[in-house]
Amino acid sequence: MLSIKLAWRNLIGAGLRTWLNVFVLSLSFLIIIWHKGIIAGWDRQAQRDTINDEIGGGVFWHKNYDPYDIFTLVDAHGKIPEKMQTEIKKDKLSPILITQATIYPEGRVQTILLKGIIHSQTVVNIPTAKLSTNMEEIPAVIGTKMAKNNNLKVGDVVTARWRDANGVFDADELKIVEIFKTNVPTIDNGQVWIPLSKMQSMLQMPGEATIAITAKEDGLRKNVGSWIFKDHNYLLKEFKEMIKMKNFGGYVMWLVLLSLAWLAIFDTQVLSIFRRQKEIGTNIALGMTRGQVIKIFTVEGVMYGVLAAILAVLYGAPLLYLQAKNGMVMPEGSDEYGMAISDKIFPYYSFGMVLITATITLISVIIVSFLPTKRIAKMNPTDAIRGKVQ
Amino acid sequence: MNKKALISTQQLIKHYPVGGGKFTALKDINLNVISGEFTGLVGPSGSGKTTLLNILGALDVPSEGNAVVLDHSIGNLSHKQAANLRNMYFGFIFQTYNLLPVYTVYENVEFPLLLQKLSHTERDKAVKQALEWVGLTDKIKSRPAQLSGGECQRVAIARAMVKVPKIVFADEPTANLDAENSHNILQTMLKLNNDIGTTFLFATHDEKVITYLRRKISLNDGEIVDDKVI
Ligand SMILES: Nc1ncnc2c1ncn2[C@@H]1O[C@H](COP(=O)(O)OP(=O)(O)OP(=O)(O)O)[C@@H](O)[C@H]1O
Ligand SMILES: [Mg+2]
Repeated sequence: MLSIKLAWRNLIGAGLRTWLNVFVLSLSFLIIIWHKGIIAGWDRQAQRDTINDEIGGGVFWHKNYDPYDIFTLVDAHGKIPEKMQTEIKKDKLSPILITQATIYPEGRVQTILLKGIIHSQTVVNIPTAKLSTNMEEIPAVIGTKMAKNNNLKVGDVVTARWRDANGVFDADELKIVEIFKTNVPTIDNGQVWIPLSKMQSMLQMPGEATIAITAKEDGLRKNVGSWIFKDHNYLLKEFKEMIKMKNFGGYVMWLVLLSLAWLAIFDTQVLSIFRRQKEIGTNIALGMTRGQVIKIFTVEGVMYGVLAAILAVLYGAPLLYLQAKNGMVMPEGSDEYGMAISDKIFPYYSFGMVLITATITLISVIIVSFLPTKRIAKMNPTDAIRGKVQ
Repeated sequence: MNKKALISTQQLIKHYPVGGGKFTALKDINLNVISGEFTGLVGPSGSGKTTLLNILGALDVPSEGNAVVLDHSIGNLSHKQAANLRNMYFGFIFQTYNLLPVYTVYENVEFPLLLQKLSHTERDKAVKQALEWVGLTDKIKSRPAQLSGGECQRVAIARAMVKVPKIVFADEPTANLDAENSHNILQTMLKLNNDIGTTFLFATHDEKVITYLRRKISLNDGEIVDDKVI
């Protein structure tokens, strides 16, 4: 109690210098929490969107399917087995047939992925119901980015050209019936969705698919014959790795700020121990032990941490809260990562994350405050009283 | 002497390491101080006054021989015991006042009582009493920077006296003061010595101080060359 009281008196007495240290420290607190909050918010949003819009509860891949090698698509299709058919009938599985195609919007040549999907499916969040129309052209839905990049609007008609199962070129007109908004670029950029049955007949691949998306709540979760089930762990691996990298970047930033705070506190401590040696000597003459003096100086340092935490809460909590509530607008072009990212991210602050961050910061500050006090233990009080220690 | 000695030394020697060898600052000091004395260690600069005062005040230890203060052998005390002795029974007054600049007058005087862990009411009473003794009750909220040298030294006296110590050690308490303030300070201390019976031990070469002393112990080159009651 005594050391807390005395340390407090000393800090208040030191004035501006105290508040400067406290501010730098509070900033380092806040920035890491803020950064981690954004990443966590993005992580949650992106995983949710990816699951809802693209991968459901996991995806069956035809054994030849390789999303990174577009030329495998020629061989990556096969008959949908009986077991999966049952699931499809229950709307627990959504088969997709994929092929490479070319469209000619406004006379330009554009390579795309043509994807056949059952119009009645609800497994993924794509407005496939719009594909259920009777028209001369093939109905197609596309994402907003695809629409923007190719200047396509609802009602536009474009020519598409593809090769069928025998490698023979064929062509037909596509009519855009719907443009949908998604945060998942992999179902948007360069993708055109058309009715599965239509596509199967176009390609002469009746009853075939390339992949099949399972419902996110329940459904098949194990390989079926030559159809390999890819779970969330696998499908989100890359994304999770990128989140890790982003977090790492945050730690680096945190460390830089934290070292600034360490330096400020260390410097303040060394300087004040030198400047206040007369005070230290006097305190000892007045009956303090060296241990008590060291304790006061350490407590002063710790108080920086505590004050910084309080300050961070005072000005930081409202800011962070507002942002968590209203979301943070992401700059244009943020989706170039190729990862699901929405226009607005809602930072997410977990109690554990804030606690761990605060604890690490505090402990490091205690250590940094304590280190310079070793000088006090070596001080000769008779010299210190006169301020003669070098 | 019929009274028991508060302070006594036998063949007290103090060396300081200097370069490779050592410098002897005190040579064979034998000394007794009894309760209620108003005594000064006087002598030229470098004669060992401060060195002796610091040892008797348990801030330093003898190299050889013995120094017994309030029945404690200074050389055998642990850091903690020495701190406790200073905390409970000693008061210190320094040439440069050594007040804590960030504390108010009140807080400076209160400080030793905080170390003694006295209650708030006990502290408050004692601080106000001590400030009355030195005539500074109107400066309670001032900080040292706002006070004159004489006022600072009176705060320091109040700080030394607030716990009603057995002995006050005062090292050149008037060296930074003008004549008027010096007399002021000395009269205050003499009065406290008379009224409360606190023992005062000075280290000084100031003639003004010497005229107030009742016993003058003269040091030269680390030796007592004269010891007389005036
Ligand atoms: N820490 C030290 N290391 C080495 N020598 C010291 C130390 N402290 C004091 N001395 C020496 O011991 C001698 C006595 O010093 P001391 O400070 O006791 O003298 P003093 O009588 O108080 O002098 P002054 O009137 O100038 O204060 C001096 O020669 C001084 O140089
Ligand atoms: Mg001296």
